[in-house]
This record gives sequence, C-alpha cells and structure tokens, in this order.
Amino acid sequence: MEKIRYDYSAQHIVKQRVHVGVVGSGDLEVLLEPSPDGRTHVVVNTSVDGFEATWKNVLDRFFARFQGAVSIEINDFGATPGTVMLRLAQAAEGLRA
Amino acid sequence: MNTDAAARAGYRRFIERRSFIEMNARERVRAVLDPGTFRELLGPFDRVKSPWLPLQGIVAQADDGVVLARGTLDGKPALIAAIESAYQGGSMGEVSGAKIAGALELALDDCAQGRLILPVLLFETGGVRLQEANLGLAAIAEIHAAIIALRRYVPVVGVIAGMVGCFGGMSLAAALCTHLIVTPQARLGMNGPEVIEQEAGIDELDATDRALIWSLIGGEQRHATGFADDLLDDDADAIAAAVRKAFSTAPASAPARSMQVERYVELLRTLDPNQPLDGESLRRLWKRGSPP
Repeated sequence: MEKIRYDYSAQHIVKQRVHVGVVGSGDLEVLLEPSPDGRTHVVVNTSVDGFEATWKNVLDRFFARFQGAVSIEINDFGATPGTVMLRLAQAAEGLRA
Repeated sequence: MNTDAAARAGYRRFIERRSFIEMNARERVRAVLDPGTFRELLGPFDRVKSPWLPLQGIVAQADDGVVLARGTLDGKPALIAAIESAYQGGSMGEVSGAKIAGALELALDDCAQGRLILPVLLFETGGVRLQEANLGLAAIAEIHAAIIALRRYVPVVGVIAGMVGCFGGMSLAAALCTHLIVTPQARLGMNGPEVIEQEAGIDELDATDRALIWSLIGGEQRHATGFADDLLDDDADAIAAAVRKAFSTAPASAPARSMQVERYVELLRTLDPNQPLDGESLRRLWKRGSPP
C-alpha cells in the first residue's frame, strides 16, 4: 500500500463536494472537496505499489483541463489509468450537477 | 399477433425495469426512500473508516462500506442501512458493523419513546470481515440484539437482492427480520459454497455448480421453504413498493420466525440425515406455510 501526494495550482473556487466510486476490485473511490487554500491537493492511497509515475501522468493530464481548487482523496483498489480518468471526470461532472 | 403484442409488452417492461442489483449501496437507499428525502448519516466525508485494514496493507473506504440514511417511506420517518458489496465483499468490520448497530439502537430509543422509525436493512454481505475478526463478530451480535429489541415496536424489513447474497452472522440478522424480501438472484446461507467445498470436499458441494447452489440457498428456494416472505424480480420500483407494503401489512401479533422454536424443531424432525436431500425434496417437506 502506498500514499502519494500531489499539489497543483488552480484558477477558481469550488464550493461543493462530490463522492464517487467504490474501493472495489479494479475500481477506486474519489472524495472531492473545496480546497482550504486556493490550491489543489491530491492524496492517493493505492493498494498497488510502484506506479507513482503513472499516477502523476494521469493527474497531470486531468488537472491540465480541470482548474477548480479542490482537495481530492483517492482510495484505489487497482484501477487502470482509464478507470481513474473516468472516475475523476465523473467527480468533476458531479460539481456541475 | 396477440403473442407478438404480449412479447413486445414483455420486452418493454424488461427494458424499462430499473435493476436494483446493478445499483451500489447509496443508489439502492435512494431508490427505496421517498424521492428527495435521503439524508446520509456518517457519510464518506465524515471518514469514519476501518483503522485495521491499512495496518494490513488494505486500502480503506471512507464510509467502511455501509450507507446509513434517514428519510421517509410514504411520508413516515425511516432509517435505511445498506451494505456495499463491492467493498471487501460487503464484510462487516468493527466500524461498518457499529454503524448499523448504533443506528438501529438510536431508532430503538426513538421507538421506545413513541416516535416510530421504520427500519430497513439492505443486506449484501459475506458476513464478518476476517481481517477484523472478533470486533466484527461483536458488532454483528449487537445488530442481532438491536433487531430483536426493535421488532417489538416496529417491523424490521430486510432485503437481499444479490449478487453477493447474505452469509455468516449476517444471515442470522436477515433471519431475525420481521419481513424478508429476496430476488431469485439472492442467496441466503450460513456458510458460503466455497467454504463448504473447502471444509467438506467437492463431493459434498461443488462450489462452481451454480444451478445446484441456487437450488439449495437461492432466493426462490428460500421463499418456497418459508425463510423469505416476498420473492420479487430484480426491479427497484417493485422492491421499494414491497418494503412499504411490508410495514403496512406485517402482522404485529404473529410470532417472528426466530420465536417459532417448536415449529422449526418439528420441521427438522421431518429430515432424515441418512437420506440424501436435494432442494426439490426439501421444498416438498417444508412447503411454504405448511403446518408442522
């Protein structure tokens, strides 16, 4: 099990929180909340060790487009990068709902 | 032509049906409660999660796999607890078990003071979480005690939809419910098929034989032999309606299944351990509603 942290700059305030997904086989849970300091903070708890570079690629790509200031906790149970991207997109969509 | 029309109507019903099985625990709770009344207690952002799993290298889910919510059923105050089967097989750990037990005990306090809360349990669980062992078992015992205390005031309604089913100590919790709703996909049993095969050998039970397993512990069999009260298709609206109906029709005076000791002793006496018994024969012996 590994805990990985990332920080990103952000453009605008987010006021809602969104929860999607489940810590099930090949899936992950995303908890998205307003950031306390105007920057974006991501904590990844993953059951699979040694994929830090892959996580960074996926998150860099997501936050290149998503500019909200959020604190995100990811609880991962072996999701593929595609599934991670879909869950993040689902969480972002939840903000617009 | 009539056959075509009937077939088309059948297809339409099937396509328009909302599957309850395919919903996660939170969606199931929303599907049962009156629309717009869902209010979650100890939700994921409260982060009341298992302290034990990370110590064993397992990522913990923020709600420990149990969704608790208050809301209403036909306008009456209700409490629903649902177990998320995709997380650790819906297993009961210290926290997930305590969430259910604590919620039932609070509902009990309210009921005892004359404020009726309708309790609903949406089971989908392999039973105790092995990584938390006795702490999970203790919580399951508290759930049993709370159901027994609560059902003196109000029916306790359980649902087993599938596909995990309901096993171990939580199968006892399901059996203690005043009214139990199952689908044909549900399974209800103390030991899961894999455990029986592992302990007693493949001659006793082949855990890969799905038809055999469902003929023994599947929803249809459990309903036919009187262990479940409603057998429904996998249809969220039908299940939500059956939960409401159970509260309006469950007889307060009839003794709960677990109180009918003599009846079940008599039923057990009809079995001959020396004769092989299959699901069909048990149905004939223990036909639903048959007197002892």
